[in-house]
Amino acid sequence: MEKFSIYAPRLINPEENIAPGHRACIGCGEVLAVRYALKAMGPNVIAANATGCMEIISSCLPTTSWKIPWIHVLFENASAVISGVEAARKALTRKGKVPPGRVYCLAMGGDGATSDIGLQSLSGALERGHDFTYICFDNEAYMNTGVQRSSSTPYGASTTTAPPGKVSIGQWSQKKNMAAIAAAHNIPYVATACSSYPFDLMAKVKKAAEVKGPAYVHVLSVCPTGWRHGTDTTIQMGRLAVESGVFPLYEVENGKYKLTFDFPKLRPVKPYLKLQGRFRHLKDEEIEKIQKQVDKEWLKLKSLVAMSMEKKPVAVPAAIESKGQGAGSKGQKAKSKAKKAKPARRPGKKPKKVSRRGKK
Amino acid sequence: MSHRTGLEVSHAAAEAVKLAHVDVVAAYPITPNTHVPERIAEMVANGELDAEFIPVESEHSAMSACVGSSATGARTFTATSGQGLELMHEVLTVASSMRLPIVLSLANRALSSPLSVWGDHSDVMAIRDCGWIQVFAENGQQTFDLLLWAFRVGEDPRVSFPVIVNFDGFHVTHVIEPVFIADQEEVDRYLPPFKPNAVLDPRRPVTMGAYGPPFIYSETKKAQDFALHKSKEVMLQGFAEFEKIFGRKYNFVETYKAEGAKVLLMVIGSFAETAMDLVDKLREKGEAVGLVRIRLWRPFPQEELRQAVRGAETLIVLDRAMCFGTLAPVVSEIKAALYPEEKRPKIVSFVGGLGGRDIRLEEFEYMVRRGSELAQKGQEEIYETIGIR
Amino acid sequence: MADGPLTWKNFIGGFVVDKPGNAAEYQTGGWRSQKPVWDNTKCIKCGVCYIYCPEPCIRQTAEGYFESDLFYCKGCGICARECWTNAIKMVQEEEV
Ligand SMILES: Cc1ncc(C[n+]2csc(CCOP(=O)(O)OP(=O)(O)O)c2C)c(N)n1
Ligand code: SF4
Ligand SMILES: [Mg+2]
Repeated sequence: MEKFSIYAPRLINPEENIAPGHRACIGCGEVLAVRYALKAMGPNVIAANATGCMEIISSCLPTTSWKIPWIHVLFENASAVISGVEAARKALTRKGKVPPGRVYCLAMGGDGATSDIGLQSLSGALERGHDFTYICFDNEAYMNTGVQRSSSTPYGASTTTAPPGKVSIGQWSQKKNMAAIAAAHNIPYVATACSSYPFDLMAKVKKAAEVKGPAYVHVLSVCPTGWRHGTDTTIQMGRLAVESGVFPLYEVENGKYKLTFDFPKLRPVKPYLKLQGRFRHLKDEEIEKIQKQVDKEWLKLKSLVAMSMEKKPVAVPAAIESKGQGAGSKGQKAKSKAKKAKPARRPGKKPKKVSRRGKK
Repeated sequence: MSHRTGLEVSHAAAEAVKLAHVDVVAAYPITPNTHVPERIAEMVANGELDAEFIPVESEHSAMSACVGSSATGARTFTATSGQGLELMHEVLTVASSMRLPIVLSLANRALSSPLSVWGDHSDVMAIRDCGWIQVFAENGQQTFDLLLWAFRVGEDPRVSFPVIVNFDGFHVTHVIEPVFIADQEEVDRYLPPFKPNAVLDPRRPVTMGAYGPPFIYSETKKAQDFALHKSKEVMLQGFAEFEKIFGRKYNFVETYKAEGAKVLLMVIGSFAETAMDLVDKLREKGEAVGLVRIRLWRPFPQEELRQAVRGAETLIVLDRAMCFGTLAPVVSEIKAALYPEEKRPKIVSFVGGLGGRDIRLEEFEYMVRRGSELAQKGQEEIYETIGIR
Repeated sequence: MADGPLTWKNFIGGFVVDKPGNAAEYQTGGWRSQKPVWDNTKCIKCGVCYIYCPEPCIRQTAEGYFESDLFYCKGCGICARECWTNAIKMVQEEEV
């Protein structure tokens, strides 16, 4: 459980930028996560929202739940839309057509909008380096259209397009690791968060907003409707996901992994799975399989964290440092040159980058 | 004063974009439009144009970024062709419904399959009902002029619609032509700064793209269609003002030697130039043949078209696209427009110039002869494909 | 949308909604079958109920206690489950 001071809730930004009267299901963790994210962003933001639950529950003409400038265009293009917003702000600011100063650009979408249909536009926007924050509100299926599978649906879950049957256990594939995909773009900030950990979520979104350049936050957003559990257990479900290692919370800052909560011992996954209707059909041996997979992923993550904390300097030949980014045979050549170049380095002086790494 | 210079038409288009002080360009390369964004990227890289160029990863994202940019209040441009336009299709309807005056230069290209990078009008005809203002340029000068007009009319708060300027792939885009390039001062006089009604700005938060359930959706579409029809008044003002400043005259439907013509050729796009040569030739021989060119394609100028063809006995309509399973797009539009007329000309349909195939003078002459013959025999329901083997 | 009737003539161009948060006029309280009731003798005024409310419709009173705005409250029961001191009970609507 998130360890916050018991009176901390009273210290948070009281401003609500998503108004009550929205049509989210009873006990929705996704809209709760949106609420926190907007608190962290503050009023100085422009948001582009993909089609999905959060768009539909909040924007029925002629009304809106949003108190910030907000645009919805389509399902797969929130990242491209925000690219345009960001570029426009840049040009208009430079030309003195809007007051100077930074306005946060926020793109948000569900797991379908992010890891499936909108993956290309997200990758493009991350790669181009726009100054924006992308938040994926991951409820692990296409909930808006009635709980169809996505590539973010976990193994074994029942959805309407991957239902369990005589010859199927439901979702046959492993959950796509979106945070790792985002991190592979070498962007300055990536984090995972969960709707059950408001202070952590807000801190991460704030960090993401403040970072210059692209930032990605992947938020596990508990959905009682699609997961089939009691509406009052939304917070509990997120906690179990995190504490069992099913959904670990971490940050990747400039390529370095850092665990938000490290647990000496993870809770077993079984109680988490047993509380949800979408896993009800799973037999013990399948639960055991899921347990093994979770343990494996947890270890993988821990080793990434350990590597990030590695004190030992990694020797990088000087020539590669300065020019060797070429691909294929060119890169190979650079390497062989590098070897020759070594003696040219001034004796007694370590290469700059290496020594800096060593200090950290 | 403007100066006359010989340059590739795609580069003339880029000059217009630069003179318009565009703020954001988001574009993706596709033949034969590529030279437009390339030239703009070069202008931005050299500091000749103070704009943001977004080299997006697809046309879907190009149009999406344009929507974001225009909604933020920036003057926004993109360029595409053929498959690129089709990939944008989903976003095009959003841009027009949201009333975002993006300008798109469309180098018309055939559609796959088979893959063809060459010109025809299949691309624009497939999206003709997406709510954009659509005009056709027939040469470099018109491309340059109509792009400036597109910004002015599209951004006018009484219009507030996106505009497509069509110019034929290769036949126009890649040709080096003498073009009058306007002065900055003239353009600034013609084109006021972009001042949209509502933008994405934290100082005054608005919601754009809310969804419309059945109790309100019909009202949104009625409002949109009404506004598009009504924008014709402002378009005419845009032409009149253009003539005043630059001396070149445009209209929704333009005619060439059509006075007293019994037979009228009707063409959309750059093939009008060959058709004019034929009309000159036949008029010299004393034949009453003229030409009608459709400049404005959406909103369709029904009344102006009726006036332009009044008195003619035969209309010969050339389409550079097919509508599989029914009439070709331009001819079906013409037939619908003329249906209420008491005295209607006979209408003969030809399809040609597909996938970059040229239509030569002799073939235009064949169309006139064959068209007149079919009309006389009362067989005008048949359509022919020009030069087919 | 401009003020006045919901006709096609009354839209702001592009169907922009220029009244931030005006969806708050929509009543979601009708969805509820249970409602939260606070026992203020147990309440330690920490606000955990307020922070976890997805609507959000829980507010602090002048005395520092918390209450739910029943115009919006959908009766999910998160506040009751998360309260540190069990100060909140969910009760059937018709019982009260
Ligand atoms: C191009 C396109 N394909 C499909 C849809 C239908 N659709 C709308 S929302 C949605 C699922 C959204 O899922 P997700 O992104 O996970 O968001 P959630 O609703 O779960 O929050 C789908 C399939 C669409 N709107 N557009
Ligand atoms: S389906 Fe799930 S995510 Fe969507 S509104 Fe309902 S509870 Fe929230
Ligand atoms: Mg989802």
